[in-house]
Amino acid sequence: MQIQEWLKRFIDVVSRYPLVFTLAVFIVFPFIVPYKALATQIIIWGLFALGFNVCLGYTGMLSFGHAAYFGAGAYMAGIALIRIWDNIWFSLFCAFIIGGFLALLLGYLCIKRRGIYFAMLTLAFAQLIYFVAFQWVDMTGGDNGLRNIPAAPLSFFTLEIDIYTPLRFYFFVLAFVFLSILALNLILQSPFGHVLQAVRENDRRAQSCGYEVSNVRWLAFILSGAISGLAGGLYALYLHFVGIESLYYSTSGQVIMMTLLGGMGSFIGPFIGAGIFLYLEDVLSAVTPNWMIFLGVIFVLCVLFFPSGVWGTIKNLSLRGRTKIRIAGAVTKPPL
Amino acid sequence: MEWTAIAMQLFTGLSLGMLYVLLALGLSIIFGLLTVVNFAHGAFYMWGAYAGVTTMAVTGNFWLALLVTPLVMGAYGLVVEKTLIRPLYGRDINYPLLLTFGLQFIMIEIVRILWGTSDHPVSAPETLSMPVEMLGFYFPAYRLFVIAITLVICIVLWVFLERTSLGLIIRAGTRDPLMVRALGIDMNRIWWLVFGIGSALAGIAGILAAPIRSVFPEMGVAMLVESFVVVVVGGMGSLSGAILSGIIMGEAIALTTLFYPQMADIVIFLVMAIVLLIRPSGLFGKAGLLE
Repeated sequence: MQIQEWLKRFIDVVSRYPLVFTLAVFIVFPFIVPYKALATQIIIWGLFALGFNVCLGYTGMLSFGHAAYFGAGAYMAGIALIRIWDNIWFSLFCAFIIGGFLALLLGYLCIKRRGIYFAMLTLAFAQLIYFVAFQWVDMTGGDNGLRNIPAAPLSFFTLEIDIYTPLRFYFFVLAFVFLSILALNLILQSPFGHVLQAVRENDRRAQSCGYEVSNVRWLAFILSGAISGLAGGLYALYLHFVGIESLYYSTSGQVIMMTLLGGMGSFIGPFIGAGIFLYLEDVLSAVTPNWMIFLGVIFVLCVLFFPSGVWGTIKNLSLRGRTKIRIAGAVTKPPL
Repeated sequence: MEWTAIAMQLFTGLSLGMLYVLLALGLSIIFGLLTVVNFAHGAFYMWGAYAGVTTMAVTGNFWLALLVTPLVMGAYGLVVEKTLIRPLYGRDINYPLLLTFGLQFIMIEIVRILWGTSDHPVSAPETLSMPVEMLGFYFPAYRLFVIAITLVICIVLWVFLERTSLGLIIRAGTRDPLMVRALGIDMNRIWWLVFGIGSALAGIAGILAAPIRSVFPEMGVAMLVESFVVVVVGGMGSLSGAILSGIIMGEAIALTTLFYPQMADIVIFLVMAIVLLIRPSGLFGKAGLLE
C-alpha cells in the first residue's frame, strides 16, 4: 500500500534522528498554532506528561496522583520566587527537587503495591497533599491560590533578559523541555532504562535476573516526580499564579488522558497528547461549557480501540505484520 | 466536653460510616470477583442520588425512590459491564481503571448538562423527619434509618453470599474462577451480575445520602477517594474489612470534626498511612493479593 510505504519511510527517518526531528517540530510549533500561549501551554503539559510517561509507559505503573508533584513544583517555584530569592534558575531548581523529594516520600509507601492498589494509593496521597495545601493558607493562599508571582528576569551572570513575551517565553520553556528530553533519552538508553522496561514487561523475571525491582521502580517514580515538578514550576512562571486545582485529582486525570491519547511508551506521544487535549479544550470550550464530555468520550474510545494512542497507532500502522507496540503487564481475568 | 455531644457525634459518625460501608462493599465485591476497580463508583453513587431525587420530584414518594434507585443503577451497571468492561478482559490490568475513569467524567458532565451545576437540596421523608429522643439527646430519625437499613442490607448480602447457591458460586469464583468454569458455570454471567450488584449498592448509598449531604454533580468525587481509602484500610477484596473500616472511618471523621476540625479532611489519609505501615495488606486483607 502506498500510504503504508510512505508511513514506513517517514517513521524510519524519524526514528533515525528522533531528537533532531523533535527539535525541528518544536521550533516551528508556535508559528502553526492559533496563538503562542497555547503552544507554551502545550509544551509545559507535554513535559508533565513526559514525566508521567516515565512512570506509566516505561515502568508500567499507573499513578493517579501525579498532580501532587506538578502542583508541589508549581507552588515551590512560586514560593521560592516570592519569599526566598527572585531568581528563575533557583525557583525551577526548587521545583525540580521538591517534585523528586515528594515522589521519594510518597513512593516509599506506594511502590510495593502493583496495579490497582498502587493507583488507589497514589490517588489517596495526592488528595492528602491537596487538602494540606488547601488548609495551609499562609503558604499557598488556600482556595485563592498563590498570586502575584513576580516576573523575575532571566539572568546570565550580568546579562538580564526579559523573557515574558509570548514567543520568548515559549523558547525559554522549550530549552528546559528539550534539555529534559535529552537527559531522559540518555537515562532511558542507559542500562537503567533497559532495566525499567524489563521490569515493566515481566517484573518477576527481572527480579530473578537479580534486579531489585522495588528500588528500580522507586527510582523511576522519583525521576517521574522530579520532571513533573519541573513542569509545574514552569507553569507557575507562565501563569504568575498557582491555583489550588493544580493539586486536584482533575489535574492527575488530565495528564493521564494526554498520555493515553498521545501514546504511552514514547517521547513524542505525551506531547502529541497534550497538543490534542489542549487544542480540543481550546476549541470546544468556546462552543460549549460541557466540552469535557467530548474529551471523556474520546478518551473512553481510545481506551477501547486505540490504547496505543495516536503515535502508537501510527507506528503500528507502519509495522503491519511485524511486532506491534503492546502495553504489557499483569492481566485482568480473561473471559472464560 | 459533654458526653452527650460525644455520643451524638458517635452516632453521626456511624451514619456517615454506613454510607462508606455501602460504597466500600460495592467496590470490594466488584474487585474481589473481577479484579476490576470501578473508578466510576463515585459517579454511580452520584447518579443514584440524582435518580432518587428525580423519582421523588416526579412521584413525591421517598420509599418508591428507595426501591427504584438500586434497580435503575443495577441495570445501568449491567449495561456498562457488558459494553465497556467486558471487552477489556485479557488486557493489561490498568485498562478497566482508565476506562472507568473516563466514564466517570462523562457521567459527571451528563448530569451537569441535564440538571445544572448547582445543588439540589432534598429533604428526608415526613415520617423520618422528627428527631428521636435517645440517651438524653435528640438525634435525627433519618440517620438512624440510614444505619438500620445499611445493617439490613449487610445481613441480606451475607445471607445471599453464604446461604444461597448463587452466593456460593460467587465466593468460589473469587477463589478460583478457572475451576468454576471447569465445573460448567459461565463466569461471564456471574461477573455481569456482580457488577450490577455493586452498582446497585452504590446507587442505594447515593439515595440514602441525598437528604443528609448536598446533591451536586461532583458529590461522588470526594466520596470515591474516601471509599478507596476505606477499601484499602479494610483490605482489598475483604467484605468484613470493608464494613469494619467504613465504620472506623466514619467515626474518625466525626470525632475529628468535633475535637480538631481542621484535620477532618485529612484524618482518613493519616489512618490509612498508619494502617499501611503496620499492616500493609489492610486490616483483613490477604497478603500477596496485589504485590
